Amino acid sequence: MKILVPVKRVVDYNVKIRVKPDGSGVDTANVKMSMNPFDEIAVEEAIRLKEAGVASEVVAVSCGVAQCQETLRAAMAMGADRGILVQTDVELQPLAVAKLLKAVVEKEQPGLVIAGKQAIDDDANQTGQMLAALLGWPQATFASKVVVTDGKLTVTREVDGGLETLELPLPAVITTDLRLNEPRFATLPNIMKAKKKPIDTLTPEALGVDVTPRLATLKVEEPPKRKAGVMVGSVDELIEKLRNEAKVI
Amino acid sequence: MDEKLISRRDLAFQLYEVLKVESLTQRPRYQEHDRGTFEAILDTAQQIAETHFAPFNRKADENEPVFEDGQARTIPETKAAVQAHAAAGFLVAHHDAALGGMQLPAVVVNAAMALFKAANVSFAAYPLLTLAAGNLIHRYGSEEQKKRFLPLLLDGRATGTMCLTEPHAGSSLGDLRTRAEPQPDGTYRLFGNKIFISGGDHDFGGNIIHLVLARISGAPPGVKGISLFIVPKFLVDEAGRMGARNDVVLAGLLHKMGYRGTTSTVLTFGDRDGAVGYLVGEPHQGLKYMFHMMNEARIGVGMGAIALGYTGYLHALDYARNRPQGRPLANKDPASPQVPIIEHPDVRRMLLAQKSYVEGCLALGLYAARLVDDIRTGNEAERARAQELLDLLTPVVKAGSSQFCLKANELAIQVFGGAGYTRDYPVEQFYRDNRLNPIHEGTDGIQSLDLLGRKLWQNGSAGLKALLREVETTLQEAAGENELAELVEALRGARDTLAALIMRLGSLMSGAQAEQVLANSFPFLEVFSRFVLAWQWLRQALVAVSGLRRADLSEDEANFYRGKLHAARYFLRWELPQIEPLCRLLERCDPTFLSMKDEWF
Ligand SMILES: Cc1cc2nc3c(=O)[nH]c(=O)nc-3n(C[C@H](O)[C@H](O)[C@H](O)COP(=O)(O)OP(=O)(O)OC[C@H]3O[C@@H](n4cnc5c(N)ncnc54)[C@H](O)[C@@H]3O)c2cc1C
Ligand SMILES: Cc1cc2nc3c(=O)[nH]c(=O)nc-3n(C[C@H](O)[C@H](O)[C@H](O)COP(=O)(O)OP(=O)(O)OC[C@H]3O[C@@H](n4cnc5c(N)ncnc54)[C@H](O)[C@@H]3O)c2cc1C
Repeated sequence: MKILVPVKRVVDYNVKIRVKPDGSGVDTANVKMSMNPFDEIAVEEAIRLKEAGVASEVVAVSCGVAQCQETLRAAMAMGADRGILVQTDVELQPLAVAKLLKAVVEKEQPGLVIAGKQAIDDDANQTGQMLAALLGWPQATFASKVVVTDGKLTVTREVDGGLETLELPLPAVITTDLRLNEPRFATLPNIMKAKKKPIDTLTPEALGVDVTPRLATLKVEEPPKRKAGVMVGSVDELIEKLRNEAKVI
Repeated sequence: MDEKLISRRDLAFQLYEVLKVESLTQRPRYQEHDRGTFEAILDTAQQIAETHFAPFNRKADENEPVFEDGQARTIPETKAAVQAHAAAGFLVAHHDAALGGMQLPAVVVNAAMALFKAANVSFAAYPLLTLAAGNLIHRYGSEEQKKRFLPLLLDGRATGTMCLTEPHAGSSLGDLRTRAEPQPDGTYRLFGNKIFISGGDHDFGGNIIHLVLARISGAPPGVKGISLFIVPKFLVDEAGRMGARNDVVLAGLLHKMGYRGTTSTVLTFGDRDGAVGYLVGEPHQGLKYMFHMMNEARIGVGMGAIALGYTGYLHALDYARNRPQGRPLANKDPASPQVPIIEHPDVRRMLLAQKSYVEGCLALGLYAARLVDDIRTGNEAERARAQELLDLLTPVVKAGSSQFCLKANELAIQVFGGAGYTRDYPVEQFYRDNRLNPIHEGTDGIQSLDLLGRKLWQNGSAGLKALLREVETTLQEAAGENELAELVEALRGARDTLAALIMRLGSLMSGAQAEQVLANSFPFLEVFSRFVLAWQWLRQALVAVSGLRRADLSEDEANFYRGKLHAARYFLRWELPQIEPLCRLLERCDPTFLSMKDEWF
């Protein structure tokens, strides 16, 4: 079975995000970029399935600018076998990415897609679900445990009330939650090997996908600065403040 | 997780903008690399440092190794960290591909190792010693020794040690007494006591490969009679399998001020019938071999001091931005809110001093590591120049960084105020850990004698001439920048003062006054270090000025370069001129130290 893992290039989780002075977006010039942490978990899970003999090949896909190659190299340094870059300078929104991935899935015919549940930049939590719907495949989101037996998938998911276990036929789409696994470090020999692994470059046009943004960003601004706390004298005062100042009760 | 180790933006600045490390990939040895592999390797280093090293820095400090049933016991996280570092391939990174290595440039290796040191310097000591032992065997071991021992050191099945110091022979290694008796089978049996041996015992499993300095019976006295031996803790057969315990006994552990996660051992060689040892290279050449590797090892010590200084600075900066205390000088309103202490000029003074020390020393340390790459892969002229420069700069990289970055740690404590003096914050530990660096691998006093007694004059002062040429090049490049005029003038003035001083000391050295000159070696090292760091700051300022001209610069990027420029100004305005009174004393061979009498104390 072939596993396809979409990986997104995002601002590194350590970087303090800064909004551009004109409010048009986030400043990413010369900012450290990394693989979306949820996607690292997805890559790790795919590699484990390959190591367990369940999967035969792990293919990483990234959609976006040319530098997404670095993200693909990172996935291959962890253990993915090859990479596919769908290259475009257009700002990509979840629906466009899902359509691109659908086209790649039709080309590659994987038995399983493992995606991150969301990306830490826009936190949209949409791409995996949209992809499953477009493909007409079953989906299991927020996976914290994945087992493949006899062509069937058993996925434990983290839901508000606790854990839910689903059984799905293959092919299917999984999205990963934080506790699914702990991604490995890319070892130095594997970083060097990753340089030699192939990356195919495609374009939205070649895949016949229109990626024109459907949403317009009106304005991006910093969240309001947190104000200093106040000491309240009594429970009554607290309730009064919650009701009349914070207006939360 | 944001561990405040070393700024990756600054590392990228040093590597790619100042040192142009990407150009190394045009050399055959490094052609498999590009900026992408360098960054990926630094990412792996940072991840392992943040996961396996930093979280246990305080725990290692509070739980120093204990002596139990003749063995050193460490906290279990030590072994996990050492193994994670080895498993990622860092022990073999710089070696040839034929050895399984990645042929990674020394400058990148040093940058990566610095992240581990900033995270937990006492855990990082084990891999560092293992790297050094591997390098020594690789360079001077016989083919048979390399086959038998090297793989163990490259994949983490063994750690390494350096056994030089004895109770009566620290700085004065020529006096060491450990004895090696030749055996009919060509091996030796060693008898003697070593002290302060870092990593001399541990409980990670696996082997320990001690590299031991000893005298073959009948060897000439002094440094000319010292040989180098491989002495494994467990004997190793030809296939590299671990066998019986060798006659190396852990006699005790030392209890230290800092670096507590590293075992500091007292070792007895030959408690019974002698420890089996294998001679490395020729007899009586041991110290030479050891010192050949010293330039690199001392860059490593300097980088350790820098890493500790750097992480301390980042912690102080963070604290200063978040600690409200007091009001601006001009504000007399007691009802107004307190401001973060970074608003106070005096706190900025302390932060600027730290920034200028740690970033200046980092620039120098990586510059030195870049010279190692030139020595390995440059053409003949580049090699010669790099070797001369590195020989001269090594005492500054080692001792200069140890002094300035320890000072940085002291200032970090000061920025924290009372909190800095408590063990609730990490800065006091950074200070205690860093306090080692002026002592080991040649004390600062010994380093200063090496500089003023040897390095300045060796090979017809080739190193000094090379340095002055480099400084002149920087001055000329900077002369075209209006914004740097003040800095150029300051460095040029200091250069002229220093050159005149060295000329004068040189003539005195060859006369009867050598003792008077050398008596003041330490202040000379300080003068020389300040000058070298000022030069490194002008180099950084030059890159910053051209960086600021880039179109489409984000506010953060612009601030980064402005910060570099301002730190350069600080160093050349406030730190560099401190050499002037020292130069006046040095020039007239002030005899105060030399003429002081023991009885007068
Ligand atoms: C934590 C730690 C780890 C260490 N790890 C190792 C290790 O792994 N392997 C190893 O072999 N050693 C190790 N050492 C030993 C270290 O290298 C020595 O401590 C160092 O070389 C100084 O020697 P000493 O302690 O005997 O001091 P001494 O040589 O007694 O020096 C005491 C003072 O006298 C000064 N002095 C001595 N001789 C002269 C001179 N000729 N001229 C001017 N001043 C002089 C020194 O500068 C110093 O200030 C370690 C030490 C420590 C503290
Ligand atoms: C071991 C110990 C014993 C102590 N014993 C006592 C005791 O018995 N009784 C007692 O009352 N207190 C005691 N203290 C507290 C001590 O006096 C304070 O720690 C000290 O006054 C500094 O205050 P702080 O720790 O709040 O640091 P902060 O005031 O927060 O200072 C942090 C940094 O900011 C700088 N800074 C702060 N304000 C300004 C400003 N306006 N302008 C310029 N720079 C500024 C400081 O110089 C310092 O570098 C003790 C502290 C220690 C560590």
